[in-house]
Amino acid sequence: MSETREPRLRRRRMDVKSGRVDLSHGAGGRASAQLIDEIFRDAFSNAWLDQGNDQAAFDVPLVPGGRMVMATDAHVITPLFFPGGDIGSLAVHGTINDVAVGGAVPLHLAVSFIVEEGFPLADLKRIADSMGRASREAGVPIVTGDTKVVERGKADGVFITTTGIGVLAPGVELSGDRARPGDVVLLSGSIGDHGVAIMASRENLGFETAIVSDSAALHRLTAAMVAAGGTGLKLMRDPTRGGLAATLNEIATQSRVGIRIAEEALPIKAQVVAACELLGLDPLNVANEGKLVAVVEAGAAEAVLAAMRADPLGREAVAIGEVIEDDRSFVQMTTSFGGGRIVDWLTGEQLPRIC
Amino acid sequence: MCLAIPAQVREILPDGMARVGLDGVVKEISTALVGDLAVGDYVIVHVGFALSKIDAVEAERTLALLAEAAGAPAEAMA
Amino acid sequence: MKHVDEYRDGKLARAIAATIAAEADPTRDYAFMEFCGGHTHAISRYGLEDLLPANVRMIHGPGCPVCVLPIGRVDEAIELAKNPDVTLATYADLMRVPGSRGASLIKAKAAGADIRMVYSTLDAIRIAEERPDRQVVFFAIGFETTTPPSAMAVKLAEARGLTNFSIFCNHVLTPSAIRAILEAPKTGGLPPVRIQGFLGPSHVSAIIGTKPYDTFVAEFAQRIVVSGFEPLDVMQSILMLLRQVNEGRTAVENQYIRAVTPEGNRAAQALVDEVFELRDSFEWRGLGAIPHSALRLRERYATFDAERRFAMTPIVASDNPACECGTILIGAKQPADCRLFGTVCTPETPMGSCMVSSEGACAAHWTYGRFRDRARASAGRAAS
Repeated sequence: MSETREPRLRRRRMDVKSGRVDLSHGAGGRASAQLIDEIFRDAFSNAWLDQGNDQAAFDVPLVPGGRMVMATDAHVITPLFFPGGDIGSLAVHGTINDVAVGGAVPLHLAVSFIVEEGFPLADLKRIADSMGRASREAGVPIVTGDTKVVERGKADGVFITTTGIGVLAPGVELSGDRARPGDVVLLSGSIGDHGVAIMASRENLGFETAIVSDSAALHRLTAAMVAAGGTGLKLMRDPTRGGLAATLNEIATQSRVGIRIAEEALPIKAQVVAACELLGLDPLNVANEGKLVAVVEAGAAEAVLAAMRADPLGREAVAIGEVIEDDRSFVQMTTSFGGGRIVDWLTGEQLPRIC
Repeated sequence: MCLAIPAQVREILPDGMARVGLDGVVKEISTALVGDLAVGDYVIVHVGFALSKIDAVEAERTLALLAEAAGAPAEAMA
Repeated sequence: MKHVDEYRDGKLARAIAATIAAEADPTRDYAFMEFCGGHTHAISRYGLEDLLPANVRMIHGPGCPVCVLPIGRVDEAIELAKNPDVTLATYADLMRVPGSRGASLIKAKAAGADIRMVYSTLDAIRIAEERPDRQVVFFAIGFETTTPPSAMAVKLAEARGLTNFSIFCNHVLTPSAIRAILEAPKTGGLPPVRIQGFLGPSHVSAIIGTKPYDTFVAEFAQRIVVSGFEPLDVMQSILMLLRQVNEGRTAVENQYIRAVTPEGNRAAQALVDEVFELRDSFEWRGLGAIPHSALRLRERYATFDAERRFAMTPIVASDNPACECGTILIGAKQPADCRLFGTVCTPETPMGSCMVSSEGACAAHWTYGRFRDRARASAGRAAS
């Protein structure tokens, strides 16, 4: 047998001249990361964007020591109404969460709608009411907005973009590049619920479950974690599109470390496992909308975990693994069998497989 | 390929179809390839079709063989 | 999940691993091929490699229909999908399979082709019923497991008088591929390889039974253990193969008795036989042309054959010449031995068949196992 060498990935750049956007560019895997890197980061590059987080933290001019966070999120989902929520509540929760996992207290939201000609007013009202309810419950008001209508066929019902701002308490410095070997990785609850609930409500996949989306605003949970963890709290992320696998890989890549998790520690509902078996999917790649991952110093882990478990949205919080040294930035998992495997990004779009 | 998973027959439907359940996940499949089924039977489901029925007796036998394969060295070491 | 969870018990797996380690003769090297991608997946997904002794090696075989589909057939499907009258219905697995010059169905869809992902052939039939104005073609691939649902679709289309439904048939046969691997030393078409036994397919065998493998014992003195796809099934089957080797036996054994009988599913076999017939020869990506290894529609069902309905012309296209898939598929090399592996060939941009589906040998190694490479390389240096 020849000696095994270590491959050096030569990533081909995207074919900007004649290539086209395909579905994998929106799936939250490597193709999405490449699109952002080569199209948007190239065009926008600045110190805040280049942090590579889901939100940007910035100093507030004229306010000594004042720092804020800003995040935005575009929401497109089929179907618009699903068990556990709808596109409206999702748009509120998603953006609040992006601000909150930056360690900030979310203050205000802005919203813009792109509506397709012919869209039922009753549905639009139902979505707007749901958004209003979600923002009032969260205590984060929608303070401005915009609406555009496009011709029939130019959009799929309604698309919603929400933008949020929040304030950072002095000393809070969370960023995806701060994970260090020895740190502990925490997860706030069961994975895959949102993705499975959405797939089950799509008619063409033809299966039914009682699983509901976990869509929720996490800012109270994150506030408790920031208070409990102090400087020991390194970073938080919400594992949405691409699932837990994508989030852990982002952290490992940004921080230039490895991560090792234990399969047996992962909370996954039996119905989620079953649905994934039927569709040939890995729950690690399935989306969440009300969960977060945190990396904390070992010494702060217990306090942060206790704070998480005291919040209704973190009741099932667990430590799932640790940060290790690895210049290849691999996320590894010790399987329930005691073997090892890599936990990779999702390749392409998440699709039901037959093999 | 050939991703397939055992599920339990919950309801026999007309036209060679059935509703099967797998830990609370319910799906409608074709049973045209496996002939007579009864509610409670387990079938192996692939691309929306039942491929074969699971033989409960042979399943028990397999589990016994697994236990045997696992037990042998433990006894030897003891 | 009953009939699943029992076979995923990690404690039991470690105990069986201990038995394997105790019974493996340290003076021997064992090399077994798991033919199926389903087994490859179980081995990688559960990290079974780490549970096996160093002298028990698993070779990942070609049993992944997406992987062995030749580039030319992918190109033909893409051409078909570009036909403005055609709606191409396909299992999602095929969306990203690369054809020539980086083309794929997912890109063809982005460029405007009407391509629909379906979970079942019944969904394709439904699309044809709902859209009588469209020519709906089902892109049929798969081994014996997936063939009966395609046959069923053809029968249903006939019974319902659907004149706008056809299938592009790429169904292939497991025993012919096993034979090709075993005959490689004789035919000289492929480099020789020393395989001491096969993990036989789970669900293919549920359809065809265990009898078709008897000939490999008679003709090639081979060992076959038909094995379930769950990880404990795999562990037990490896133990059964190892015992055959130790005892000097060659036999077909059935570990997957809960779902597989010697005769298989006769109703499904009859249905397939009614609709399909053998092709003289079919190209397998990575393995080359294999005689009598694939199916096409019988004359009686010619009207449902997309190749005839659209007078499709064969497209011949070849893999990157540096690609080692052929030698990896028969166990002569390992994924990391290939120059393309992980450099220009990754699951996002697969160059060869083994990288195409997560069940392929290279993709499984990339997605699940490549963390072992560095340890292996330093062990190799220490040994030399």
